[in-house]
Amino acid sequence: MMKALKILAGAALALSVAAGGAQAQQVLFWSTQARPVEETQKMRDEVLKGFEGAVDYQVAEDGPWLTRLQAELQAGSGTIGLLGGLHGDFSTVGASLVDLSAVNVGGVKVNEAYKKLGLLGTGEQKYMPWMQATYLMAANKQALQYLPAGTDLNTITYDQLIEWSKNIAEKTGSPKFGFPAGPKGLKHRFFEGFLYPSYTGSMVTKFRSAQAETAWNKFKELWQYTNPNSTNYAFMQEPLLSGEVWVAFDHVARLADAFNKKPDEFVAFPAPAGPAGRGFMPVVAGVAIPKTSPDPEKAKALVAYMLKPETQIATLKATNFFPVVDVKLPDDMPASVKAFGPAIATMTGAPDALPALLPMGLGDLGGKFNQVYTDSFERIVLGGEDVHGVLEQQAAALKAIIDQAKAPCWAPDKPSSGACPVE
Amino acid sequence: MHGKALPYLLLMPATLFLCIFFLYPFALVAFEAVTRDGAFTLDNFRTMAGSWKFPVTIRNTLLLAAIVVPIQLTMALLMASVVSRLETGRSAALYIFAIPLGISDLAAGLIWLAIFDQSGFLNTLLSSLGVVDRPVMFLGYQSKLTIFIAVALAEIWRATAIMMVILVAGMGLIPKEYYEAAEVFGASPWQRFVRVTLPLLRPSLQTAIILRVILAFEVFAVVAALGGTNLPVLMGETYNWQFTLQDRNVAAASALLILAISIGFTLFFLRVLRVPKEAWI
Repeated sequence: MMKALKILAGAALALSVAAGGAQAQQVLFWSTQARPVEETQKMRDEVLKGFEGAVDYQVAEDGPWLTRLQAELQAGSGTIGLLGGLHGDFSTVGASLVDLSAVNVGGVKVNEAYKKLGLLGTGEQKYMPWMQATYLMAANKQALQYLPAGTDLNTITYDQLIEWSKNIAEKTGSPKFGFPAGPKGLKHRFFEGFLYPSYTGSMVTKFRSAQAETAWNKFKELWQYTNPNSTNYAFMQEPLLSGEVWVAFDHVARLADAFNKKPDEFVAFPAPAGPAGRGFMPVVAGVAIPKTSPDPEKAKALVAYMLKPETQIATLKATNFFPVVDVKLPDDMPASVKAFGPAIATMTGAPDALPALLPMGLGDLGGKFNQVYTDSFERIVLGGEDVHGVLEQQAAALKAIIDQAKAPCWAPDKPSSGACPVE
Repeated sequence: MHGKALPYLLLMPATLFLCIFFLYPFALVAFEAVTRDGAFTLDNFRTMAGSWKFPVTIRNTLLLAAIVVPIQLTMALLMASVVSRLETGRSAALYIFAIPLGISDLAAGLIWLAIFDQSGFLNTLLSSLGVVDRPVMFLGYQSKLTIFIAVALAEIWRATAIMMVILVAGMGLIPKEYYEAAEVFGASPWQRFVRVTLPLLRPSLQTAIILRVILAFEVFAVVAALGGTNLPVLMGETYNWQFTLQDRNVAAASALLILAISIGFTLFFLRVLRVPKEAWI
């Protein structure tokens, strides 16, 4: 009996040592990005395979991602080697990230503005920019015949979009504008980075202004011609491909499949403009090393590897996120990249362009911040509540969140000395 | 000595398991619910109850339980009676009835989503029969009632069998003599069911109902699959507080509320369906 126990214990010990040994060789890359299973697999097979020393690329939703990271930080030891996430993901845990300014990226020129964002307002390089994206509009070419007279897709306005959607709905008999309003859809980003800036020139300060009321009323108008199934949509590429939707707004990574599967059927174009300008939201993803990383040196080597031009191109092919370093794109890029490149350039370079950054400095209140916009949408547009009353209530919630986070204003709001005011 | 210690030794693993995986996490959650940044406060409950979605989630959850559980109870009684009476093929019938038990609730939700979806089986059927000319949207935000019905159907389909299994076991325990005596006095099958089966089935009914009611308050995956955020329920809001809004304390408060409701209903059914000691065989 004793002997059997001893053998068993020995075997268990040997197994745990072997497993521990295998783990030590791999860098665990814990990421909120490239989450769709095909993208995750491409990251493993095509992007990370070239790195010397194995990488275990694992993805998680934002909540579980942060929960595990915080648990490891709290425990003071961890298995996560490298973090991948959006700017907002890192702002929560900035104090627990390793300074990356000493990482040697060779001769690669990294986008300076994004690098500055990676400082998270400190003197240390908290994260390195990794890839970038934005949101765009996409349309089925069948929809173009219903464009209101005199509309140029490259300079489209919200009023023209509403009229266009109305035309399509009336001529085809069913509403065909599509909006990612499902539980996993990025609707809050549309309100924060597109609708609000376009009408108010602000994301936070003018939350309950008269202009904001106009914006919501305009959106309600558009909603009449929006496919009611929109409250189930997470990614717009599927309804675009199935023909359920002809015109849609979404993140480029969530539109790409439609363009790659049927390159001749779709056009990509800039987000519409409102009275205050053409609001749009650039998205920056970065990589960072938590202080509990088991092998920071190896993780730093992986950071440098992620910024190599060839890795950046492979990442673009895998995820439809664009490079953040100076790189010449080869000709064999997917159809989505070819379609999005010019549309992004037109949008960001437009004379009325009004870039709105992702919410900043909110820490772990980011989810609650987004919820203010989502709640406003659910109450005003889906629930049909009074716009003014809802905005008053939601503004109070927004103010409480901003005050609690003591977050100063970020673009497009004017810089503030203390917490960003909600007028 | 050995004989006296044995029962306690045998209970030890289960007790340890309960302490580590139930009592300890429960204590942590309870602590999270009544504190914020280390200080005692009831703010978490206030925040939870102050959210504009809270009344809707309570209403939906209670309504769902109030509609689903009685239907399931009736169906389970019927199915159990049929199965108990079968002379041959009893096990086959039991197996077939119990199939949905083997499917996870998320999978069950997805199966029903495949039926009710705009491009799902029901729409395909309806349009091939010529009943509709374009797919009907059963699960849109405008049709909350249809979403509710779909969720209720999925829940009934998924979880009636667990009640049935308990009731079949309970019916097996009722001595045949009671039925024979009832027959001698000329009781009809319905009278036998109401006067003999139901009263003697009380302990099993109690277990089955309590189990189902608790599960009904924890409904989550089926609703998430079929309704998304269109039909908010308590459990979904708890998840939302924890993962979307990153507020552990309010999530813990919400979890405690579900626990309190569950305990409340358990006590209620224990009281209503109590079995006096002398009355049982």
